This record gives sequence, structure tokens and C-alpha cells, in this order.
Amino acid sequence: MNLSLILAHLPQLIQGLITTLELMGVTLLFGLSLGLVLTVLSSLNRWYLTKTINAFIFLIRGTPLLVQLFIIYYGIGQFAWLRDTSLWLFFKQPFACAVLAFGLNTSAYTTELFRGAIKAIPRGEIEACQALGMSNTLMLCHIVLPRALQFALPAYSNEVIMILKCTTLASTVTLLDLTGMVRLINAETYASLEFFLVAGAIYLLLNGGIMALFGYLEKKLIKPLA
Amino acid sequence: MIFDGFLAQLLLGTWITIKLAGCALVLGLSLGIIGMLGSTSKISGLRYLSRIFISLIRGLPELLVLFFIYFGSGFILTKIVGQYIEVTSFTAGVIALGLIFGAYASQTFKGAFRAIPKGQNEAANALGLSQRRIFWYILLPQAWRHALPGLSNLWFVLLKDTALVSLIGLADLMNNAQIAASSTQKPFTFFAVTGVIYLLLTTVSQYVFNYFIQRSNRHLAHL
Repeated sequence: MNLSLILAHLPQLIQGLITTLELMGVTLLFGLSLGLVLTVLSSLNRWYLTKTINAFIFLIRGTPLLVQLFIIYYGIGQFAWLRDTSLWLFFKQPFACAVLAFGLNTSAYTTELFRGAIKAIPRGEIEACQALGMSNTLMLCHIVLPRALQFALPAYSNEVIMILKCTTLASTVTLLDLTGMVRLINAETYASLEFFLVAGAIYLLLNGGIMALFGYLEKKLIKPLA
Repeated sequence: MIFDGFLAQLLLGTWITIKLAGCALVLGLSLGIIGMLGSTSKISGLRYLSRIFISLIRGLPELLVLFFIYFGSGFILTKIVGQYIEVTSFTAGVIALGLIFGAYASQTFKGAFRAIPKGQNEAANALGLSQRRIFWYILLPQAWRHALPGLSNLWFVLLKDTALVSLIGLADLMNNAQIAASSTQKPFTFFAVTGVIYLLLTTVSQYVFNYFIQRSNRHLAHL
């Protein structure tokens, strides 16, 4: 281990960590909102909506994230007409493409998770709402979604950790996240072990942080209702 | 020409992807059983060591494990042996993916063995079977049934993670698609085709797994 070498590259590592956290935060927001929208849409019991969402989930779950990312970042450029539209302002940025790819990916898994959670709600609670004469919207917002979120919370922590792991792929589309930074430093210094160990330790710490946060949330949100 | 003459390359890459996934599966299943035995061992040192190792692998991003094995193992081996040793990207890929599969599979196996009623073990003991026979003839076949659904999920993750090995230069499906995309300037076509091939692989293996899951439950005719 060469401590002074690590210290010399510390600013770069911190910069990479910040990019990783930014990627993760935006992906989380986008993926969670899209997942919620898809869950609500598929709970409307319209066959064309359910079919479309199922096809989307099948496509996302059946292909590697790397392929999805490359289709969005490199693939879109094949369409010359698109480069003249304002959409190109979005697709030419690696950060936006990475967030889009990761967000679409996690939203598919999140939708599966939430749909399972909605199914886990005891039938009697839905019937009680209907007996009280609640409208569908009121029931969805006040009973179904909060209850489903409770059921889904423990499993959702796995999804957040998956997102953290996914962000390492951003280094393949020229982004300098923590992994990208380490790859760059590795190419410059050939000190592979040191920097991969440091990066690994940081990822493990972040993982531990996520698990602690969800443990706290579960205590706060689930225990009082159990 | 179909796909500007890159069809053969894509198929060759697909074959390498399948080989990689197959080798990693064999290694991963063995490591999974070893990890399960280790993390439930009566020797506390062994138990803690395997548990720490399993959590480490599960906590690290797959890409980092792969890079660490690829760049790190060559470095360490060179230090130990004293002369330059190159770890090929295929070997590094099999080891990394096998380790990741094994770490998760050990948890699946642990759950599967726990699901076997205690009486089975006791009955086998009462019949005077040796520990090894109990494991191979009584416990493993029953645990298999409980482990299959979890293992099928892990297989899909493994199959998709093989795409990462293209990043350390293995000429697999993804890597060949990248070459084709950059030389023909048609990235969308080639990455879309690649996606379809991966989709085919996952769908076919889904059917295979469903067959085995059903087969492993065939004695439960009433279900």
C-alpha cells in the first residue's frame, strides 16, 4: 500500500464520489417516480396498459443494463434526424443518458416490487374502504399506496443498493464517477490494488449507510403500525 | 449481407458469452455449497471468515470485483511467483462471476437446507447412514427443490453480468457488438440486435428452469 499516492489522488477520488452520489440521487428520484406511475397505471386494470407495462418490464429484465445504456448513449446517435431536434441536447450528455438508462432499469424492478406489495395488502382493507364509500383515488392515495410502501420498504433497500452498484457502469460512457476515476488513476499510475481497495471500501461504507438508513426508516414507519 | 457481414462475429461472441456463463455457473454452484457449509460450520473461525467474505462480495459492485480480480490477481500472482503472470480476461471473468454467484447462492442454499424438516436428518441418522451419504442422498436432493427458484434468479443475473466482462477485453457478444457498432457507424442496430440475443438467452433459460422446477415438484402431484 502506498499511502502518499492515495493522498495525492484524494481530491480526484472525492470528486468521483460526488459524481456517484449525484448519479444515484437523480436515478433514485426518477426511478421511484416512474415506478410509482407504472404501478398506479397497471392497477387501473386496463388490458392495454398492463400489456405495455409487462412488455417493458420483460425487455428491461431480460437484457443487461450495459446494453440498455449503450443503446441510449451510443445508439440514439445513429438517427441523423434526431440530432437536429432539441432532444439531442439531452441525448448528447452522458450524465442524462446514464440517469435515463439506470432510471428506466430500476423503475421496471420497482414496479414489480410495488405490484407484489399491493397484492400483499389484505383484501379486507380494500373492502373496508369500499364499504366506507371511498373513491378509487382516495383509496389509492390514503390506503393502498401507504400500505404497499410499508410492505415494499425492506425489499426496496436492495433496489437502492442495486442502483449504487449500477452507477459503476457510468464509467463506460465517459463519466468519471468513483469507478471511472479509479480506472483513470489506474491507467496513469498502474497502482491497481491500492485504488481498487479504496474504492471498494467506499462502496462498502455507502452500502452500510443505505442499510442503516433503511433500518431506521423501517423502525420509524413499520414498527408503530405492526 | 446480413448485419454488414458481422453476423458470424455476433454468433461467435454469443458462444463465448454462453461458455463464460456456463463455466461461472459451475464454479459458482460449487462455491455456493462451500460457502453454505462454511457459514454454517461449527468451527467459529471458519464461520466468521466465510460470512465476512460473503458479505464483502455481496456488498461490492460487480464491476469492481471484476476489475479487482483482473488487475489485482495478476499483480498478486506476479509478486508471489516473481515473474510476470497474465490472467486472461476469460479466467478473470469466470472467477469474478463465479465468486459473485457463489456468494449469493450460499444464502439460497442455506435457506433451502433450512426448509428441510428436521425429521429427515434424524430418520437418516437413525437408519445409520454416514454423514456424507445423508448430505448427498437425503439432504441435497431435497434442498435442490427449494433452491431452484432462487438459483434461476441468480442465473439471470449472472447471464446479464457477463456483458461486463467485455469491459476487460473479452471478445464476447457485447464486445463484438461494440466493434461492429463502431466500424459500421450503426450503434443502434447492433446494440438492439445484441439486446434481442440476450433476451433470447434469458427467455430460453427461463423455459429450461421452469421445466426443472416443475420436474423437481413432480412428486407433489396434488399441487
